Amino acid sequence: MNTPEDFLSNGDFLKIREALDKKQISSTELTKLSLIKAKAQNDKTNALIHFCDQQALDTAAQADKRIASGETGALLGIPIAVKDLILVKDAPTTAASKMLENFTAPYDATVVSRLRSASAPIIAKANLDEFAMGSSNETSFFGCVKNPWDLSRVPGGSSGGSAAAVAARSFTLSLGTDTGGSIRQPSSLCGITGLKPTYGRVSRYGVVAFASSLDQVGPMCTDALSCAAIMDVISGRDLHDATCNHENKADSFALTKAYSEKQSLKGLKIGLAKQFLSSKVQTDVHRNVEAAIAYYKSVGAEVIEIDLPHVEHSLACYYLICTSEASSNLARYDGVRYGYRSPKEDSSLLDLYKNSRAEGFGDEVKRRILLGTFALSSGYYDDYFQKAARIRRLISKDFESAFKKVDVIASPTSPFTAFKLGEKTKDPLSMYAADIFTLATNLAGLPAVSFNVGFDQSNLPIGLQLQGARWNDNLLLGLAALYQKNNPGKNKAATL
Amino acid sequence: MNNSYEITIGLEIHAQLLTHSKAFCFAPSEFAATENTMVGPVSAGLPGALPVLNLRAVELAVRAGHCLNCTINSKSVFSRKNYFYPDLPKGYQISQFDLPLCSNGWIEIEFGQNQKKRINIERIHMEEDAGKSTHFGSNSLLNLNRSGVPLIEIVTKPEITSSEEAVAFMKKVHSILTFAKVSDGNMEEGNFRCDVNLSVKPVGEKILGTRTEIKNINSFRFAEKAIAYEASRQIALIQNGQRVIQETRGWDAALDKTFSQRSKEEAHDYRYFPDPDLPPLVLTPHFIEQIIKDTPELPEAKKNRLAAKYRLSEYDASLLTSSSEVANYFEECISQGAPAKPAANWILGDLFSHLKLREELSIERSPIAPKALAELISLIETKVISGKIAKTVFSEMFNSGETASRIVKAKRLSQVSDSSQIQNWVNEVLQKNPEVVTQFQQGQSKVFAFLVGQVMKLSQGKADPEQVSVLLKKGIAP
Repeated sequence: MNTPEDFLSNGDFLKIREALDKKQISSTELTKLSLIKAKAQNDKTNALIHFCDQQALDTAAQADKRIASGETGALLGIPIAVKDLILVKDAPTTAASKMLENFTAPYDATVVSRLRSASAPIIAKANLDEFAMGSSNETSFFGCVKNPWDLSRVPGGSSGGSAAAVAARSFTLSLGTDTGGSIRQPSSLCGITGLKPTYGRVSRYGVVAFASSLDQVGPMCTDALSCAAIMDVISGRDLHDATCNHENKADSFALTKAYSEKQSLKGLKIGLAKQFLSSKVQTDVHRNVEAAIAYYKSVGAEVIEIDLPHVEHSLACYYLICTSEASSNLARYDGVRYGYRSPKEDSSLLDLYKNSRAEGFGDEVKRRILLGTFALSSGYYDDYFQKAARIRRLISKDFESAFKKVDVIASPTSPFTAFKLGEKTKDPLSMYAADIFTLATNLAGLPAVSFNVGFDQSNLPIGLQLQGARWNDNLLLGLAALYQKNNPGKNKAATL
Repeated sequence: MNNSYEITIGLEIHAQLLTHSKAFCFAPSEFAATENTMVGPVSAGLPGALPVLNLRAVELAVRAGHCLNCTINSKSVFSRKNYFYPDLPKGYQISQFDLPLCSNGWIEIEFGQNQKKRINIERIHMEEDAGKSTHFGSNSLLNLNRSGVPLIEIVTKPEITSSEEAVAFMKKVHSILTFAKVSDGNMEEGNFRCDVNLSVKPVGEKILGTRTEIKNINSFRFAEKAIAYEASRQIALIQNGQRVIQETRGWDAALDKTFSQRSKEEAHDYRYFPDPDLPPLVLTPHFIEQIIKDTPELPEAKKNRLAAKYRLSEYDASLLTSSSEVANYFEECISQGAPAKPAANWILGDLFSHLKLREELSIERSPIAPKALAELISLIETKVISGKIAKTVFSEMFNSGETASRIVKAKRLSQVSDSSQIQNWVNEVLQKNPEVVTQFQQGQSKVFAFLVGQVMKLSQGKADPEQVSVLLKKGIAP
């Protein structure tokens, strides 16, 4: 176990870090291999939209120099892919939409400039649901992504490309975004580890906005330690994002690693919401999630049933708020200054708008713009947007009181494992229901992690979700890392 | 105007704030620069760009609220006003809706013959400007330099009842905001502009008539004309048995008419909602106090101070504070060493009339800078030139932009104070006019002025008039 391929397939963060630091492998080797592997796998999974070969190899060379001169850094030299909603200067940023098919980013997102400073080679832009709207990665203009565990199934969404490529070990690190579960649900369906950070922890500057009050960038990786290492680099105050004011202490990795070495969880309280317990969940999922909770109990954690009385309204509340914000956030794609413009001869400005938006956006995006425009309209605002905003505050309060009693709240990430491509595309509501366990987290702005705790009868991965109190992201990563250290075999690669 | 109708007017004044950068990004706020060079990801509405509030803009808006006697709200919220237009790159304007920065203000206006009236201000909110579209036939060009420039919108209660009151209000607000350095008030560039909401109703009627809104008026004169035109138009409609339609209208300065732009049916549903990218703006009492403390002197206070400090008449002091530029000019003259009274006289007299003759040139573009005027005054004070010659020198300075001392030197205009030279001229005049001398000696003291004039003429105006007078009196004495 010492070729670059071994490190990549294994995906263990500590081993890769050590191999790079001890110069057993170079960043250039690892990056080249990643690019080759990613391109080959992409023929099957369609996980990646664009490859940034030159940028990535330049950064890798730079990283090798830094390592040679004795520098250290959590991400120094480790290749990473970013969801194609995140702007990387001079590379295409499409949001998986025809609208931005030919858009080249003229500036770096804050998270990207921080990755650059850390000399982490950015090797690809990952596929996603169009404008991050979807739970199966089937709404992408560039075609659906296939789950590497079973190519006839979806990888989840919207960050499906990031999840699928990490599961297949094209690389071990990626960034996704999570508005209602878009990091956690695909992480669960592809058997990897994903963190949706506390709202305000990671800058949204340079990330194509879907629903600004819910969107958050986060890591999707092979293991929890990788996620922690990424958080140390990307999180923290940004002058370009007024909602990102939290100080980055850069202690995630150290704390997570220390937590993973704990012998006992005595004093830790895990909450189980009765609202989640009564939800319809696939039997295998239920069983594996219970087993994971039993593990935590076995090392001393206490399990307590809690009540989140308003969480049952999450779905309605979420779809009013996210569509309202989206209807406004997507108004800038009008065919005037950049992006897709209809080639039809326009008889008026209104025609230019109508044709460009009708041809440039896909069905799910249009559906959400229509819903959101309606919810904000004069005469309906109070009944829809305003009411949803009130319910959102009640949901937040539910969590606040719950976190006075418990440290984390456990649930399945998704009620079911990866479903068949096309299975839910005809029925948007059943698709929306795939996110019932994840939506409330975003409404309350809380952190949550998803990681693999087993496989169903068809060998499809099953994720456990742990939600935490505001700014308590490190505890979640610590618990995931502890599980991963003591339950080998859960974090394995999908073989294509 | 038809006396059987009353007019009701509410004004919305937009004033651009004097900041270096834009309201919500770091791009510079310079409209006059080359097209589309003052634009960053935020003001171009690029994907992923996020607004960040400019603290300086908040300070200036709070200052405006303080100067216009408003309550400064410790918590206010930015909202999105959604509509599509090419010069609005994000597809929404960031503004304030239900929780504005300032509310419930007022100012007292003066108009007509010593009439005074308090006009209440409903609110002042912060917002960003749009870009500029220029249309050529079927093509349009966009300039986004102005996109995202910070504005305040001052909204009055509908309490204004004539164009005279409306213009008095606009002028007073303009003067206060420019003195307070909240805005440069440049109306030609649209940095201070006004929307007029106007309705008419029969005298005594309680219910207001249907209103129209005249958009983007950028001169006091246009405001006056537009209000007069629109009121007459509405009255004529009612008298002809027609109805006023609620609509947005524009002002056509070439035709002196308002024209329909958009009817109520075509009006936008702006779908306001709180901007999720900007947390609510919360101001501490200390922050507000500091802004109040740093507010420059307002016109009223400045007038009183100038009158008291420099013993100027109330009338002169109010003319000198008619605009912040005039007041600045005066104070700059003083700081360059000119005594107050002559400085005031020169500014209000010769400078004003010269500026007026040159197509109403504004004082900050005067070819004679305050320093140059101060120098001219010092030449008079030190008797290098006489007051009379100074007038000629002033005109020369105004036309050529040359300094007083250069003109005096070039044209050899220095006053002669050499008493032997003056004595020679006095002697010559006395010799040439024996009969006038006799008349004086017989008691006709009026003729003395004639003799002074003769000496001045002989000296080509350069003799020091005081010495001429002394020496003449000596020489003529019987």
